[in-house]
Amino acid sequence: MSSTTLGMILFLTFVAATLAITFWASRQTKTAADYYAGGRSFSGVQNGLAIGGDYMSAASFLGIAGIIALSGYDGFLYSIGFLVAWLVALLLVAELMRNSGKFTMADVLAFRMSPRPVRTAAGVSTIVVSIFYLLAQMVGAGALVGLLLGITSEAGKVWTIVGVGALMIVYVVFGGMKGTTWVQIVKAVLLMSGAALVTLLVLGKFGFNLSALLGQAAATSGPKANPESFLSPGLKYGTEAQGLAGKIDLISLGLALVLGTAGLPHILIRFYTVPTAKDARKSVLWGIGIIGVFYLLTLVLGFGAAALVGKTAITEGDAAGNTAAPLLAQKIGEEIFGSVGGTILLALIGAVAFATILAVVAGLTLASSSSFAHDLYAHVFKRGQASERQEVGVARVSALVIGAVAIGLGILAQKQNVAFLVALAFAVAASGNLPAILYSLFWRRFNTAGAVAAIYGGLVSALLLVIFSPVVSGAATSLFKTVDFHWFPLSNPGIVSIPIGFLCGWLGTILSKEHNEAKYAEIEVRSLTGVGAEKADQH
Amino acid sequence: MTTQEHDASVYETVQESSEFQELKRRFRAWTFPMTVAFLVWYLLYVVMSGWARGFMATKVLGDINVGLIFGLLQFVSTFLIAWAYARHAEKKLDPIADKLRHEVEEKTK
Repeated sequence: MSSTTLGMILFLTFVAATLAITFWASRQTKTAADYYAGGRSFSGVQNGLAIGGDYMSAASFLGIAGIIALSGYDGFLYSIGFLVAWLVALLLVAELMRNSGKFTMADVLAFRMSPRPVRTAAGVSTIVVSIFYLLAQMVGAGALVGLLLGITSEAGKVWTIVGVGALMIVYVVFGGMKGTTWVQIVKAVLLMSGAALVTLLVLGKFGFNLSALLGQAAATSGPKANPESFLSPGLKYGTEAQGLAGKIDLISLGLALVLGTAGLPHILIRFYTVPTAKDARKSVLWGIGIIGVFYLLTLVLGFGAAALVGKTAITEGDAAGNTAAPLLAQKIGEEIFGSVGGTILLALIGAVAFATILAVVAGLTLASSSSFAHDLYAHVFKRGQASERQEVGVARVSALVIGAVAIGLGILAQKQNVAFLVALAFAVAASGNLPAILYSLFWRRFNTAGAVAAIYGGLVSALLLVIFSPVVSGAATSLFKTVDFHWFPLSNPGIVSIPIGFLCGWLGTILSKEHNEAKYAEIEVRSLTGVGAEKADQH
Repeated sequence: MTTQEHDASVYETVQESSEFQELKRRFRAWTFPMTVAFLVWYLLYVVMSGWARGFMATKVLGDINVGLIFGLLQFVSTFLIAWAYARHAEKKLDPIADKLRHEVEEKTK
């Protein structure tokens, strides 16, 4: 049996199991709290695993392992930003949001301000961030499956994207938050086990000597002139050739990574799935543990692929290095257990990678459809007059529509470089969402004008700066190679757009006469003590 | 699902109480400086990855260099800060928060 057949069988097993979970969850999903927040009945550990599941996207697993395999140390830098970011979520956001919100990020803002404008702004930015992130995953799925399952024809890739999209629509529409969370948990366990297994085999091969692994990685995949530069910063981000702009770009990327996580809508809604703020804290602690260990595993996987598979073979599979981890699994399996072992391990890691994409895509679709139904439909269009039943109905329909849009865009964007979409999603989340969230939790004077200015200011400046950056035009790696309308030198807008978000929020606030101290007293007391926090469903 | 009556005066009274002010002080006095500290520590790492490459490439143990150790220390500090926050919250924040919550929920019933 070939690895593609075996991979297909393993993957279909995952699909069958998760569909069974979804079916079960759909029968338990009755109220809006069930659909949006899984009845708030998940334990801290379960939600911690689901946080890991939502966060360890294909971009982190395949992407970071791939960057390390091709550019060495610089890939590691990426994963550190992704991890440290969780401290912002733990210390400043998770518990306070759990205490003061209900279903979406906008709940916290709408609580003390004029609800319609801030819900509109927060809904728009939620959907924009999620769609960028979603698109990256969909395109990734198309490219990856081609390699893992041996589907290389154009039609095959299109059908793969359609298939992934259709499955995720089923998860979200029928399973709601309960089904999606269980899919994340299953995926997190599979991904951690698969990555740990390959890591152990790789380390075992080098006698658990990290230095020996690094040495061989540099010798095999480092630049010929200076192999050792593979082990230190500067091969990919802010290379000496790019000069000062490149190095400032590195800082900009670092800022977007570390400040973006606590503004990602699909991560924020995770805090609502547990009964209390203490469980939210516990789930982030578990999340940090799982994600941290996972990034340590990808470090070994990346350098392992560099050492054992080698740069040439990796770039033959995929120029961006996305198949480094699966190729490593195949190689190490062959070396230790013979060709059958290689086949089995490749199939295993391939199926895990596919499950990863599917689960993350489902989480994103849920976040954006929830925000559409809860913020825009129920509170803006219907002015809070929609029944719970209508609202959940709209959430399901919008999950279907957003899923369909993601499929369409995924097919159109197939040939594009998508790495920037993830970095852009982080930059937009850090510039548009984080300032508004922090101000509304901690600043007494903050008001409607400030919130609206912070969100649109951060969102629009991040988007505009990207449009006029070398990512979109004027460079060999641009989206449009033949035209050049770029004037902004950095590929990540964070270092400029994040301060703009904070500045707009401050300016908007002080220029407006609105005061809401009484409401702030309520949100401050509620967020710190948990008074009146939404309870878990009793069924 | 319980919908709380908006009784602003109750919240303003709680907000002004010395117990709540103490809770707020304990929360902010720990999390704000710590946030600044880990962000500075992280940015130091990023800046050194850009401008102190020679130092980052210094070998310490075989092929393990300063940059790798610095990166691994970011993992260690993240785990430690998360653990320390959990301890701080359990010991210093939760008792006051729980007490205030019970009091307010009695009053607003």
